[in-house]
Amino acid sequence: MKISIERAALLKAVSQAQSVVERRNTIPILANVLIEAEGDTVQFRATDLDIEVVDRAPAMVERAGATTVSAVTLHEIVRKLPDGAMVSLTDDGASGRLMVDAGRSSFQLTTLPKEDFPVMATSDYEVNFTADAPVLRRLFDKSKFAISTEETRYYLNGVYMHVADGDGGRKLRCVATDGHRLARIDADLPEGAETMPGVIVPRKTVGELRKLLDDDETKIAVSVSETKVRFATPEITLTSKVIDGTFPDYSRVIPTGNTKVMEVDASDFAAAVDRVSTVSSERSRAVKLSLDQDRLVLSVNAPDSGAAEEELGVAYDDEKLEIGFNAKYLLEIAGQVDRENAVFRFNSSGDPTLMQEGGDGSAVYVVMPMRV
Amino acid sequence: MPSLCRDCFLQIESLTGRRCPACGSPRLVSHPELFTLSIAHMDCDAFYASVEKRENPALRDRPLIVGGGTRGVVSTCCYIARIKGVRSAMPMFQALKLCPEAVVVKPRMELYVETSRAIRALMDELTPAIEPLSLDEAFLDLTGTERLHRAPPAVQLARLTKRMETELGVTGSIGLSHNKFLAKLASDLDKPRGFAVIGKAETETFLRPKSVRLIWGVGPAAQQALEKSGIRTFADLARWDRKDLAARFGATGERLWHLARGQDARRVSSHEPLKSISNETTFNEDTADPDLLDGHLWRLAEKVADRAKARDLAGRVVTLKLKRADFTLISRRHALRDPTQIADRIYREARALFDAVGPRGPYRLIGVGLAEITDDAQADSSGDLLDPEARKRAEAERAADAIRARFGKQAIVKGRSLR
Repeated sequence: MKISIERAALLKAVSQAQSVVERRNTIPILANVLIEAEGDTVQFRATDLDIEVVDRAPAMVERAGATTVSAVTLHEIVRKLPDGAMVSLTDDGASGRLMVDAGRSSFQLTTLPKEDFPVMATSDYEVNFTADAPVLRRLFDKSKFAISTEETRYYLNGVYMHVADGDGGRKLRCVATDGHRLARIDADLPEGAETMPGVIVPRKTVGELRKLLDDDETKIAVSVSETKVRFATPEITLTSKVIDGTFPDYSRVIPTGNTKVMEVDASDFAAAVDRVSTVSSERSRAVKLSLDQDRLVLSVNAPDSGAAEEELGVAYDDEKLEIGFNAKYLLEIAGQVDRENAVFRFNSSGDPTLMQEGGDGSAVYVVMPMRV
Repeated sequence: MPSLCRDCFLQIESLTGRRCPACGSPRLVSHPELFTLSIAHMDCDAFYASVEKRENPALRDRPLIVGGGTRGVVSTCCYIARIKGVRSAMPMFQALKLCPEAVVVKPRMELYVETSRAIRALMDELTPAIEPLSLDEAFLDLTGTERLHRAPPAVQLARLTKRMETELGVTGSIGLSHNKFLAKLASDLDKPRGFAVIGKAETETFLRPKSVRLIWGVGPAAQQALEKSGIRTFADLARWDRKDLAARFGATGERLWHLARGQDARRVSSHEPLKSISNETTFNEDTADPDLLDGHLWRLAEKVADRAKARDLAGRVVTLKLKRADFTLISRRHALRDPTQIADRIYREARALFDAVGPRGPYRLIGVGLAEITDDAQADSSGDLLDPEARKRAEAERAADAIRARFGKQAIVKGRSLR
């Protein structure tokens, strides 16, 4: 194999590959990236056995071929090369080395045989549809903060992507929860997605997917089966196993009878929560919300370190209410509001609280209160 | 000089001769402050080895090493083996080179725990102020117990060691002084079967030539740091100004200044800040019966929760311990988002850990615990969206607690605990 490729194109392709590779690895081949050159493209493939990413880049291929080298090392080298450099990758197939040459720099990397590289089995995808990058970006960005990290509830360690009835018909829906907060985000159902099976997309896949979604113009080809999900752009194909488990019935968690409505400027609210929670050093800082006619008082009382209070003008027209929340959770859901006021719907100090952006029913957040 | 016979407990105000005038025993302890000091440290002599010798009298006159097992080091050796130079923590091969005729037995912890509990029971009769340091040593504060027991602390302690010998077959050494630091030093002066006293009057002269290494918490590293400042002995330390010590060694400096003068204000108390709360059960017969084990899990979770609630504490981590029939230990832990003291939550977490272990029984022991202990201000403060019943169960448990507090422990129990 002998190819020449522009440094920027190489860096982009290799950086996606190396982020999939697990840092702590017991199987040497899994630390490597499989490089395959043919025609006028070079393809970089990396996997952790649960996720596989294939990145294609245009290159001048002098001699077709394939080999594998350490993804992290190759990435580090390319990263440190000067911008605009032409990089040549040469593997004679006999020496067990890959030559990386750029200008006056020259590197030799040990290779492992390409035959040892595990390629993820192709599967029959039941459903294929196309979605615009901004649609998927919104679905996952607004839900991923609520993904659980608790290993005992492995079925919560991802975003549940499925089809459901929402405002104005069938929707493509993403839900994530860790038992303390929940995010439910809807988007118009893309054509061809009607029969999609519900799948739990693992946290790491959500992170990798995000890198495909930066460009507003990109169309993402989505393929879904019971066990795998694939997201593809012309350059990158991300294939991932889905979490083998049943996502809990979240619909009963979303309160429907909360009548006490508070409307507040989301960024003012977040800033105030952030300020008052500064005095508490506790890991789970509790902020108390005291509501009265058009008036909200946020307070923190940490016996060991101090107390703080801040008043905020809000729209509220119901009986007095005192309710406590984990400050971090409040900040995170307030941070999801980007266009309008945050509308909170409370019931009692012990019941889950609902939050929406204005009157928008396509993004719903639920947060569990804390005893204060 | 006030003296005490450690065999017949005769108290002598001024002793003449070297034997007890009543029983003729030479085991006398004499000290001007003997009948006024009341802080003691009791340290068993070669505890594991003594228990083993008690269990098997044929070993009595032979050098005995307890140890081996997985680590291959001496955990305790009897005094006969010590004469040959065997020490605890010594690698087994080295110990056997020094003392090839030694009998080596594997530690039997359950036996030692049982004996330790029995010693504790004897101490409990003397005072509530007991601070166990390990299975075989404890501080006792006997201040104010003289009228209750109609005997000064020294006599009570002599009786204690005597009872340990006759009833439990183990010997111990007593250190008696006016604070914990000195009591602990004293118990080491006259081992085994010893009784040593450090009075207020001779505290400073006693300490002066001693190495600062004796101070608890001063290990090789700290010793080196002290030596750099020219501090080798207590006399060196005593020359330092209080402010200088504090400036040089921080909070430790302050402590050193006091210890240099033999001052130690720490109380004898079993209420040291807890690091964990746990309970365990050893079965009479190894079992793999899931229902039986489940019943134990619940009872243990309830015990742990009771202890946490009693002290207004909660734990952020639930632990599970299983000992298999072949003594291999399985331990698992799970961190919670917010600390808990609710038996129901502890049980559910322990149960999930237990299920995750899979069927690896039969087990001889099962234990449940809480770790990363905090106060209970933030305990169980946030509910679980996906388990709305959890809040109700927690409320039910608190209600049941209130009933038990009023009508007694058996007033209300879970069916689960009857299994």
